[in-house]
Amino acid sequence: MIHSPRSISDAVQVLQVDPDAQILSGGTDFMVEVNFGHRAPKSILSLRSIKELRAWTQQDGMIRIGSALPYAQMETGALAKLLPALAQAARTVGSPQIRAAGTLGGNLGTSSPAGDSLPVLYALDATIIIATSTGERRVAVKDFMVGPKRNSLAKGEIITAVELPAITGYQGYSKVGVRNAMVISIASACLVHDPLERSVRVAMGTVGPTIIRASETEQWLAAECDLSSASNITQAICTEFGRRCGEESRPITDHRSTAEYRRHAVSVITSRLLERCAAS
Amino acid sequence: MSLENQSYTLSVNNKSHEVQDAWIGESLLYVLRERLGMPGAKGACEQGECGSCTVLLDGEAVCSCLVLAAAATEADIRTVESIGDGQTLSDVQQAFIESGAVQCGFCTPGLIVAVENLLTHNPQPTEMQVKEALSGNICRCTGYGRIFDAVSVAVARRTGASQ
Amino acid sequence: MSVKTRTRRDVLGTSALRPDAVPKVQGKFAFSSDLWAENMLWGATLRSPHAYARIVSIDTTPAWKIDGVECVLTHEDVPGKPTYGLIASDQPVLARDFVRHMGEPVVLVAADHPETCRRALAAIKVEYEVLEPLVNPEKSIDLSVPPIHPDGNLIRRQQIIRGDQNLVGEVVVEGNYELGMQDQAFLGTEAALALPDPGGTGVELYVATQWLHEDRGQIAACLNLPEEKVRLVLGGVGGAFGAREDISLQVHSCLLALRTSRPVKMQYSRQESFFGHVHRHPAQIWMRHHATKDGRLLRVEARVVMDGGAYASTSSAVLINAVTHVQGPYKCEHATVDGYAVRTNNPPCGAMRGFGVVQACFAHEGQMDKLAAACGISPVDIRLINAMETGDRLITGQPILNSAPVAQCIRETAEIPMPPNMTNETDVLAIPGGSGLTATPSKIRRGVGWGVSIKNLMYSEGFDDFSTARCTVEDGRVSLKFATSEVGQGFVTLAPQIARTVLGLDEVFIETIDTGIGSAGSTSASRQTWMSGGAVNGACKLVAINIVADVAKRRGLDPSTLQIQGTDIVDLTGNAVESVISATKDKRFSETYEFHHQPTGELDENGQGDCHTAFAFVAHRAVVDVDPELGLVKVVQIATAQDVGRVLNPLSLLGQVEGGIAQGLGLAVMEEIIVENGRVRNPSFTDYLLPTALDAPDVIARYVEVPDPYAPLGAKGVGEPPCISVTPAIVAAIRDATGVDLQRVPVRPQDICL
Repeated sequence: MIHSPRSISDAVQVLQVDPDAQILSGGTDFMVEVNFGHRAPKSILSLRSIKELRAWTQQDGMIRIGSALPYAQMETGALAKLLPALAQAARTVGSPQIRAAGTLGGNLGTSSPAGDSLPVLYALDATIIIATSTGERRVAVKDFMVGPKRNSLAKGEIITAVELPAITGYQGYSKVGVRNAMVISIASACLVHDPLERSVRVAMGTVGPTIIRASETEQWLAAECDLSSASNITQAICTEFGRRCGEESRPITDHRSTAEYRRHAVSVITSRLLERCAAS
Repeated sequence: MSLENQSYTLSVNNKSHEVQDAWIGESLLYVLRERLGMPGAKGACEQGECGSCTVLLDGEAVCSCLVLAAAATEADIRTVESIGDGQTLSDVQQAFIESGAVQCGFCTPGLIVAVENLLTHNPQPTEMQVKEALSGNICRCTGYGRIFDAVSVAVARRTGASQ
Repeated sequence: MSVKTRTRRDVLGTSALRPDAVPKVQGKFAFSSDLWAENMLWGATLRSPHAYARIVSIDTTPAWKIDGVECVLTHEDVPGKPTYGLIASDQPVLARDFVRHMGEPVVLVAADHPETCRRALAAIKVEYEVLEPLVNPEKSIDLSVPPIHPDGNLIRRQQIIRGDQNLVGEVVVEGNYELGMQDQAFLGTEAALALPDPGGTGVELYVATQWLHEDRGQIAACLNLPEEKVRLVLGGVGGAFGAREDISLQVHSCLLALRTSRPVKMQYSRQESFFGHVHRHPAQIWMRHHATKDGRLLRVEARVVMDGGAYASTSSAVLINAVTHVQGPYKCEHATVDGYAVRTNNPPCGAMRGFGVVQACFAHEGQMDKLAAACGISPVDIRLINAMETGDRLITGQPILNSAPVAQCIRETAEIPMPPNMTNETDVLAIPGGSGLTATPSKIRRGVGWGVSIKNLMYSEGFDDFSTARCTVEDGRVSLKFATSEVGQGFVTLAPQIARTVLGLDEVFIETIDTGIGSAGSTSASRQTWMSGGAVNGACKLVAINIVADVAKRRGLDPSTLQIQGTDIVDLTGNAVESVISATKDKRFSETYEFHHQPTGELDENGQGDCHTAFAFVAHRAVVDVDPELGLVKVVQIATAQDVGRVLNPLSLLGQVEGGIAQGLGLAVMEEIIVENGRVRNPSFTDYLLPTALDAPDVIARYVEVPDPYAPLGAKGVGEPPCISVTPAIVAAIRDATGVDLQRVPVRPQDICL
């Protein structure tokens, strides 16, 4: 059975009637499971026809991105100017073909710690908007992802949007991979400087069971220098910042890389991100 | 057959195609190849990591192995079979042949679609834009050098022709 | 009067285009996976999840109950020989008492839909007693572990003892080198369509393979059918690179077809493909080089261990290639080499482009750089000082009779301009880390490295790998028949070039490639240009003689005064007597030719003997940029000069060079099948990384054309050399950029920066 509702409320209604329907957007995670014989779908809820989910809007300093907007549309244009770190992360997702189909909703639904865009959502303290049978609920992204490939989405719910603030300060992303394209991240990070709040936020991917905000390091940095201006950040601070971020990471060793290298790599890229912030 | 039955219609290369009694989990790649008589798109990885199955979905190049066919009923699907009218060769196809960009040919259909798509969106891409646009299409035989040459040849011809 | 000579199109020496290119760009070319037959069933294979286990029981009844399942087969259903293999028949068609590697085939099913097959496989119950796998090659050598196979754990040992065994050089350098397991990763996964004859008396198999006749022999034996009842037709091949030299689904698909009396198609997924074919041998190589203080190589010591995995495949021959090539393309009179090909419960290994020489070359080129450093000589000069020449001997005692322009290859490579340096304008995609934005440009270091290689061509140790071709000329048109497997390398382009050149006719048609003619040998060992080219050349020349004789007879001329030149038959003064088209109008001429290379010998217990057929040489220079803090690498440029004898098709040749370089680059920095305790951890393209368009370096190639006196067309094989010395060149460049003594490929980021 394929359901193709045209509105969010219709989609939620489908799940009331058919709670086991598989929510399908770009299919770049789900179809891999089907092709490998790990999932055999019986009923599908396709979000393709819901225009609202494929659009983004901006209001009062907040940007709202529909959960089914393909990554390719985050790489350039007005959205990329507002969220340059997201544009940078989007550019590293899979391949051009994957970026034409992959979505934030999909990455959040899968909740892999290696999800390329997720460090950006964490660093920007994104809010996940979820449609439920009783209306809408909002969850901070850090409360949404609870473990590797586990999240707090309940049955009958659909992720409809991600809300992110427009920040005036530097924001940057970095992802380590062995190949120059189409590569699962070995370590990734997003750093955001908010001069108004005098804070730097840094989130690390693939170096823990979920995305890690290096909050202790953030606090150390705020105490160490006046973050109302990035020019106050010295090279020595950047190096120490990277080292501390590494200390907060909890990487594992697997067939892709070692815990030791992941910790080292995330230290290097967080340090470099702060250097870029200082130079901006 | 004991598998769940789906019947639906797909728009492929500007024509309507009926699909009868198909298993719900079939990818668009499978349906094109095994049900609709369009084996041009190839499967080499089942997970969107090689681009051999590239087709256009509403004007964007995607991996058809990752598209659930039964959910693509409202999409405008274009395959390699629609390039060059299926009879005469397009300039991209011709350039691939002349530049030696074809060896075993398994990656070729996916690349043809990806290159045609690139030049539709960006008629005069830089060298790095070409490489990035094709970074999702793996070729194991050529090492890509002749493929880049083919794209340059096609771009030059289109630019020359339009002047 | 003299005949006007015109430049003819698409003859030898020109960039004739592929005759199959049009259907390939249209998506109409039929690969084996595109084949289909009325009433066809899909076949699938249940494979062992364990690296080593005893099979306690197999219960297929749950699968038979699934609607749509037509057939379920086990080892009991193999009517003929239960095992197969290229050298030793040690590999079971379907596992009986033991499974010896992860992925070993155990049960076959045929059903109406691939999803039905998947459910049937999931329903089959195989009970295993899991055993501790043998995964350490040293344990296979010291025989400290019971045999995991009746043939024993040591597949082959070969020593090479030559000259002074006690010689110690003024300069001595040693190193331990390790290579991980590379996969051929051809894009067109294994696929075949088997069509049973009525009554099951025979079978026709359409299959993507490298050697139709060798497959046929093994299939017929397992099916208990006479060979002439097993007909193989080459299905379109999506790349091979050695992985199709062993059979995979050939017997399986025929078994299912014969049992169901219906066509059966089998097609592997990528994941299954990783388990369904042999890989490149991982190797551990210790070497110690002795030289004079001015850098002249005197003696090579080596211990080579190749892990052949569970079944023998071609490990024996791969080992011989490795140990006989340890000196590299360098003069060397004294050698002490000990080589082992062992059996373990790791994935089976066999042929991959380079066939043992890739491993030896990585080690010997690392050694040459160490020698250079120890002697205070440049990497280029150390190689020039020692470069082989025609007449020099391998450490087996065999003299190189071929052209051997090693020094010229090195010099021409050195003359190729270096790439421009990185600047602030360099696109981020062109620096290490790419769009991952990891790099701080000022911290990137550039390095340059060298690799030079010798590679044997054709088969060795007395193996007569002949090739056969038939040339038919009818009414001004040529048709060629051969069983040469076209895997993408371009023999179907070259063969017509040969015919056009020899016969003076332009229209050449290639008949179906199948077992309806004698064997062409394998598409491997860089041999088809020489061997199948030689066969086509021979057959065309016989036909040319017949055409000339016929013209002579008709015109009352002496045939010894006539020859084909351009498109005409000309006399001794060069006057055209008749065009070849007119001379063959309404006539038919046909000749079959079997081409054999000169015989080779065996190696004695000291590894002495003229065991190889011919040799080719190549030099590579690599320029890489490295982010030393993160260990990320971008290969910027590969410069190469390759000893090709004669350029037969410049465009095809460049394609082989660039393609081979990409594979060598993959081995250097990203490709490895990761095996832990016999289990494959990364059987997918997500984690087995192939070079993409963004990883491809600029390749600048030169061809050294010193015609080889033994090659029938003057041309040497070109397929393997491009992928051999490029790997050590890249690693040498990374060493140069970072100062790290890298000893292993693929190089991982942590090897560089931690």
